[in-house]
Amino acid sequence: MTIGIEHYLTVAASLFTLGMLGIFLNRKNVIIILMSIELMLLAVNINLVAFSHFLGDLVGQVFALLVLTVAAAEAAIGLAIVVVYYRNRGSIAVDDVNMMKG
Amino acid sequence: MQYLSIYAPVLPEIVVAVGAMALLMFGVFRKATPGGDFAAAWLAIGVLLVAAVLVATGTTGREAVFDGAFIVDGFARFMKILVIGGAVLVIIMSFGNLARQGLLSFEYVVLLLLAVLGMMLMISAGDLIALYLGIELQSLSLYVVAAIKRDEVRSSEAGLKYFVLGALSSGMLLYGASLIYGFTGSVDFGVIAGVAQGQAAAGNIGLTFGLVFLLIGIAFKISAVPFHMWTPDVYQGAPTPVTAFFAAAPKLAAMALLMRVVFTAFPGIAPQWQQIIVFLSIASMLLGAFAAIGQTNIKRLMAYSSIGHIGYALVGVAANNEAGMQAVLIYLAIYLFMTLGAFACILSMRTKDGMLEDIDSLSGLAKTNLSMAFVLAMILFSMAGIPPLAGFFAKFYVFAAAIKAGLYPLAIIGVLASVIAAYYYLRVIKVMFFDDATRSFLPVERGPGFVMTIATLFVLFFVLVPQPLVDAALAAVQSLQTIVPVP
Repeated sequence: MTIGIEHYLTVAASLFTLGMLGIFLNRKNVIIILMSIELMLLAVNINLVAFSHFLGDLVGQVFALLVLTVAAAEAAIGLAIVVVYYRNRGSIAVDDVNMMKG
Repeated sequence: MQYLSIYAPVLPEIVVAVGAMALLMFGVFRKATPGGDFAAAWLAIGVLLVAAVLVATGTTGREAVFDGAFIVDGFARFMKILVIGGAVLVIIMSFGNLARQGLLSFEYVVLLLLAVLGMMLMISAGDLIALYLGIELQSLSLYVVAAIKRDEVRSSEAGLKYFVLGALSSGMLLYGASLIYGFTGSVDFGVIAGVAQGQAAAGNIGLTFGLVFLLIGIAFKISAVPFHMWTPDVYQGAPTPVTAFFAAAPKLAAMALLMRVVFTAFPGIAPQWQQIIVFLSIASMLLGAFAAIGQTNIKRLMAYSSIGHIGYALVGVAANNEAGMQAVLIYLAIYLFMTLGAFACILSMRTKDGMLEDIDSLSGLAKTNLSMAFVLAMILFSMAGIPPLAGFFAKFYVFAAAIKAGLYPLAIIGVLASVIAAYYYLRVIKVMFFDDATRSFLPVERGPGFVMTIATLFVLFFVLVPQPLVDAALAAVQSLQTIVPVP
């Protein structure tokens, strides 16, 4: 069996769905949400690189590199906000993020 | 030197970027300023004003730089002036408040500058990569700004919520962008439009999927229902000056991005995105009207109000005709002034003991401070859409465009929603004018007073001189519609 673009797309779609479920179903820990976000971005990268290969077009790989860079910045800022939040609240459980409602 | 001149259209962005970095240096190498860094704030305003002048005086017509990734046209110029103007007015009115909270540091204004730079890139985006990078530059700065009050749990919770949902939306947008790239073979909006044009309505399922994900991502950024969950919490939790900035500039930039995407990249498959926009629009108008009724916190009320306003603006996008696009631009300009005026009033709700945010604390304002009560009343009347104030014309243009496009249900639901929404605007006015005074606020400061004056004058006298704005919006729209030849 040859591995075609549909296989790559399926893997990426599964990873993306896993990441999204991780954000919505997880009630425990904000760090897990950060990991899920990374998972979603990496799924997109698989998509981009696969398309780039099968289209014979380099732009997709350039895009993937830029996404990697931005993902790093995003993780840094996310962790910083989590640290600030923990100092104020003493907990990073998702269920505790409920000061404001309505 | 001559090859540098092809980058002339990017000059405003270069000024803002270099200005932000220079301000960073300025802040680092200077002695600490415990009372608040007013010099940095004025320098930031200076940088933004220079950028605005460069945008306004730049070459007319359409120019594309960086292989079409960056487009400067009349539409981009119009929206950039609005965004920069909004940012300048927000900084002017929030000096005093920020300094009292100990937040007026040079980092804050540098982050605002970077956010504005991101918005300018979004407005000018000509391909999917520029679109993504612009959105991220704007969002990453705004996440930090939302959590800028580090010792307060509400502010950091607002930052956390904004970050998680914002990152989720960026992920969706990016997934959509990757699918669009894969199924059209290009990231350039012009090429995408050409490929999408030639295909039957349901012919390219991958492209449609990508379009849906991309629109979900943008809907998060403009906080259209059902992707609005973050808005009330972030508006309430973030410090008030930050909330004012959130309500004004990023919404406009994201709407500009939405228009650029649907009108230049997907005009050929309009029926497919039109139904999504219609749904977002109806849901936003209704939720904005109903959910705001029970609110007691005025910042939360403004959040639901802004969700509703985005719903009305989307009516114009859904109309998918020239009148509709023009109406959206007019709506956004008027929305900007109304929001700034309202937040200038909220920033003036201060007593000796600190800032107040309850609607009840406005009771009897007409007896203690008539001019502020008058300003807030005019702005709220305008938001409710009562003629002859500016807000009425904003709604009139979008509904007229919807009727022209044959979207009668949308126009009818819109009018009904604005009637319901009038209830909670009028409730605030009733509290101000007919309840007994319980406290009096400190006198209005110069910054908020200046913005209140501008907003009130605009709201009151738009009816007399609507032509400049209407003409500018029309010119902007026509530049957006110019068909770009596919290379």
